[in-house]
Order: sequence, then C-alpha cells, then structure tokens
Amino acid sequence: MSPALQGLLAFLQTWWVELVCGVVIVAVVPLIAGYVVLMERKLMADMQARLGPMRVGPHGLLQPIADAVKLLIKEDLIPEDADQFVFWLAPVVSMTAALTAMGAIYFGPSFHVARDINVGLLFVLGVSSLGLFGIVLGGWASNSHYSIIGAIRSTAQLVSYETAAGLALVSGVLLAGTLRIHAIVDAQKTDGVWYIFLAPIAFFIYVVASIAETNRAPFDLPEAESELVAGYMTEYSGFRWALYFLGEYANMIVVGSVATTLFLGGWLRPFPNVHWLNFLDLLPPLMVTAVGAYSISRAGKQPVRVQKQFMWGVGLACFAVALILAVPLLPGPLRILLPGLHGAFWFLLKVTGYIYLFMWLRFTLPRYRFDQLMHLGWYILIPLAIVNVFAVGIAMVLQSEYHWNRWIALVITTFVTLASALFLLHLHDKRVEAASTASPATTDSYAG
Amino acid sequence: MLDSIIFYFFASVAILSAALMVTRRNAIHSAIFLITTLLATAGIFLQLRAEFIFIAQIILYVGGIMVLFVFVIMLVRLDVALHQIQFAKQKWVSLIVALVLFMQVTVMLWASRRLPGAGLPEAAPVDKLQPNSEALAHSLFGAYLLPFEIASVLLLVAMVGAVVMAKKRTEPK
Repeated sequence: MSPALQGLLAFLQTWWVELVCGVVIVAVVPLIAGYVVLMERKLMADMQARLGPMRVGPHGLLQPIADAVKLLIKEDLIPEDADQFVFWLAPVVSMTAALTAMGAIYFGPSFHVARDINVGLLFVLGVSSLGLFGIVLGGWASNSHYSIIGAIRSTAQLVSYETAAGLALVSGVLLAGTLRIHAIVDAQKTDGVWYIFLAPIAFFIYVVASIAETNRAPFDLPEAESELVAGYMTEYSGFRWALYFLGEYANMIVVGSVATTLFLGGWLRPFPNVHWLNFLDLLPPLMVTAVGAYSISRAGKQPVRVQKQFMWGVGLACFAVALILAVPLLPGPLRILLPGLHGAFWFLLKVTGYIYLFMWLRFTLPRYRFDQLMHLGWYILIPLAIVNVFAVGIAMVLQSEYHWNRWIALVITTFVTLASALFLLHLHDKRVEAASTASPATTDSYAG
Repeated sequence: MLDSIIFYFFASVAILSAALMVTRRNAIHSAIFLITTLLATAGIFLQLRAEFIFIAQIILYVGGIMVLFVFVIMLVRLDVALHQIQFAKQKWVSLIVALVLFMQVTVMLWASRRLPGAGLPEAAPVDKLQPNSEALAHSLFGAYLLPFEIASVLLLVAMVGAVVMAKKRTEPK
C-alpha cells in the first residue's frame, strides 16, 4: 500500500465521526430549512386566522418538497448586463458561509464537526458574517437599482448590528470565561444556571441584533417588498434564488444555535444538576410520543386515503423516534447514550423555540424605517451593549475580589444598565422632538 | 504529507489570487481576489495552530475592512473608471524596486541555510502556544499591557477624528 493511501486511511480512522456529521449537516440543513419555511407559513396563517398551505400532503406537510422541485426545474435566468462570474458566485458564497459556520457548532455533546476549536464562538461569528459578501456581490452583479439599494442597505445594517451582537456576546463570554463552545456549556452546567438569567440584557440585545443580521422582519429592509421588489435577490430566479433562501434560513439556525449555546444552556436539560428533577429526562420521549399520537388522531379526518396513510406514517415515525429517545432511560449499559441523544433533542428544541420567537416578532411588528433602524442600532443598542459589558465585568470583580453574592452583584448591575437604557431612550425622544420641531420636511425616509 | 499538501494548496491559492487581484481591470473582481488571498492566508495561520490570528484575520480583514472596500467600490461608477488610467506608468522604477525586493528575500533565504547563527529562528513548540487565545490574552494584557493600551488609545483618537470630520457642520446660532 502506498504511503499516501495509508495516510488517507489513518486520516479517515481518526476523523470518520466528524466527516459523517458534516455530511449529515450539509445534507439535512436544506430539508430543515424547507420545513422551517413551512412552519413559518403555517404560523403566519395561524396568526392571521387562515389555514396556510393545505394542498400538498396532509396539512401541507409535503409543501417544501414540492417547492424545492419547482425551484429546481425553473428557468435559470441571468440578466444580460449582469456580471456573469460574480452573479454565479454570490449565492454560493452566501450559503457556503452559513454551512461552514455550522461546522463549529455543537448540536449536542457528541454531534459536531470541528473538535473543540479554541476560538469556537468567534469562528461561528466571523464565518457566518462572510455571508454578507453573497448579498453585496449579488446585489452589485445584478446591475439593477433595486438590487444595489438592497445590497447597500444590507451592508450598512449588518456592519452596525454586528457590533451590538458582538458586544452582547462578550458579556456572555465573560461569564463563561472561555470561547470554546463545549466549555461554555460546561460552565453553565457547573454554575447551575443558564446565562440568560445572569445577563438578560445581553440576551435581549443579541436577539434584536440577530434579527437584524439575518435580514428578517421587522428589520428586513434589504428585501422590503413594498419598496425594493425583493432587494438584492430581485434578479435571481430558480436554483440560485433557492441558494440565497437556504443561506438565509441556515443563518437563522446559526444565530439560534449561538444564542442557545451561550444563553440558553446548550444541550443541557432544564435544571441539569438537580437530582430530584431527574424525571425531566422522561420529557423528550413523551413529547415526541404526544406529537405522534396527535398526528394519528388527525389521520381519520384526512379527505384522501393517501393522506390518511401519510399521517399514520408521520405518527409511527414519531413513535420510533420516541423509542430511540427512551432507550437510554432504561437501566443498563445503554445509559451512556443519554447525554448524546437527549442533548441533541434539547438543543434542537431550544433552537426551534428561538426561531419561533423570530417568526412571532415578524408577524407582530411592522417594518422599521431605515433611519429608525440606524438610530436604534447606533444610539441605543451599541451604547447599551457597552454599558452592559462594563456592568457584567464589574459584577464579576465584585464577586471575585470583594466576595459579594453573585446574584446581588448581577441584579444591581443589571438595574444600573436598565437605568442607562431609560436614559438613552429619553435622549432619543428628545432628539426626535428637536428634529421634528426644527425641520419637519427634511427627513429623507428612504435614504440609504 | 497531508500537512504539506494543505500548505501548498493554501499558498498557491494565495499567490494565484494575489496575481489575479493585481491584473483584473474590474475593481470588484480585484476585491474578490483580495478576499480569496486573505482567506488563504488565514488558512495558513490556522495550519500553524494560531487560531486566534486566523479568526482575527477573518473578522477584521475579510469581514470588516473588505466589506467597506466593496461597499465603496459599489458606489463608484465602474464603467467610467474603466476608461481612466488605472496603473502608474513608472515601469523602470517599479522594475528596479521589485528586483531589489526579490534579491533581498532570496539572499535572506539563502543565508538562513548557509550561514551558521544567521538562520531562521526555531519554530516554537506547538503546545507552548496552546491554548491559543488564552496565551495571547496573557501576553497582551500582562507583559505588553502598556503598548497595547497606547495602540488602542491611538485607534480611538483616529476613530473620534473620523467621526468629527464626517459630522455635518452646523452654523453657530
């Protein structure tokens, strides 16, 4: 055997788990993104008292697949005046960045690609921000006014809100004392508390900033359909458009995972250290069983026989998953699977909750105007985030040097931060008032 | 074996796209190739197990500075710019400078192999720099605290200066 082949085999032997996980992530994320779209449409329909997609499959369960097929066989248009090379490159960049960022995320203690990168959190942050190039280059290459305005807005928005998001993450990292993703979750386990309770303001800032970073309503100005048709994607169609969409939803999963890891306890179940609450381990199989039972109970109401069978299939698949989740609960050697399986379940549940929050906000809040967006970012969120970093730092010094109770220190500094937030809002109100009395007609609402 | 394959991959990507960056006429294409060069260099940093420098390169240069570059280039009318003279025409000066630089590097590499005591410094042992971000933080905030603070104050002054210059001038009432 040649040494090159031997080297390859040795490489595979050490890394096969990571390789398999990577392939699974790349293969499954498009499917998940499709179902997130379905979830979004269903939720929107529910909040607007409609039914949403109902035709393809029972309750529209096969809609994502139909959409994917439609997008794949659609005509692939490239405008004549577009820059061909950059037009081709841009959507690929957008999706590659989001998927690469997923490489460093731990979707459970044993389901991850990269082995404990020293700068894990920064890696996710930095690489996912490269997706911006996809938007900017796509908008530029389309050679259309709507596209380029969308791209410019997107750049301005991302550069402003990334600062706030980064500073919010600094507060969490201060509490954890490390940038390694695995160690951050371990720190929350030893502290016995999720960091959302220790740094609620940081979490709030991160939520707002991450909505802006993923270009979603109420901050979806780069693709505001009432002003810009579809923003930077105006000229895209078919598969390239699907790549953009995929990148956007993959990015949502990435920001959700970062928030889950740093603020929501990662793959830990609620109260991981309290032993009399160990019955909470029963929750994952029970929840999945409930979902399965619900879909079987709905099966009788389906109009067509194929749809009935499909609902039964979904129910039985849920039961199978519940069985897999229940296996490690039995006493015996299989108990070592418990953290891996249940960890992935809790992690994905938390990420889903975070994405649900995104959608809820989208259907609730009206879109911001661009100058309001910039004001919110630069005049309120970034100063607040800086104050919050100081507050958390001071609380930690009080705890370690002056032996204060951790909770007292954090509550006091949190209230100080809140007071400064009120002060910032007051300043903002005064500025708006002054602007409206001084020059009523000169605000350019569509600037940028 | 695998190490050198990865190194030569990143190195050739960096050099090739650096050459393409200089030769493209379209400014956006140049920017894209500059991004590729920076990313390939970041890859070499990662291979040297300098994780923090790797991610600092990506966040600062690729994610920060290059975004602003592209942003500015996008606002320039490229069709007009294409008809203007893009390169300095001082062929002889640039040739001489390039030759001198090339000779310097070659001589240094040659000397480092031949002359005793003038060699390249020994590579630091890998585990001495691990864990990387912690090691960097200790030297930045411990041994080199004063230079670090001076540099950050300088940057702050530059930032405030830029804001002041960009601000709208309002007439005194």
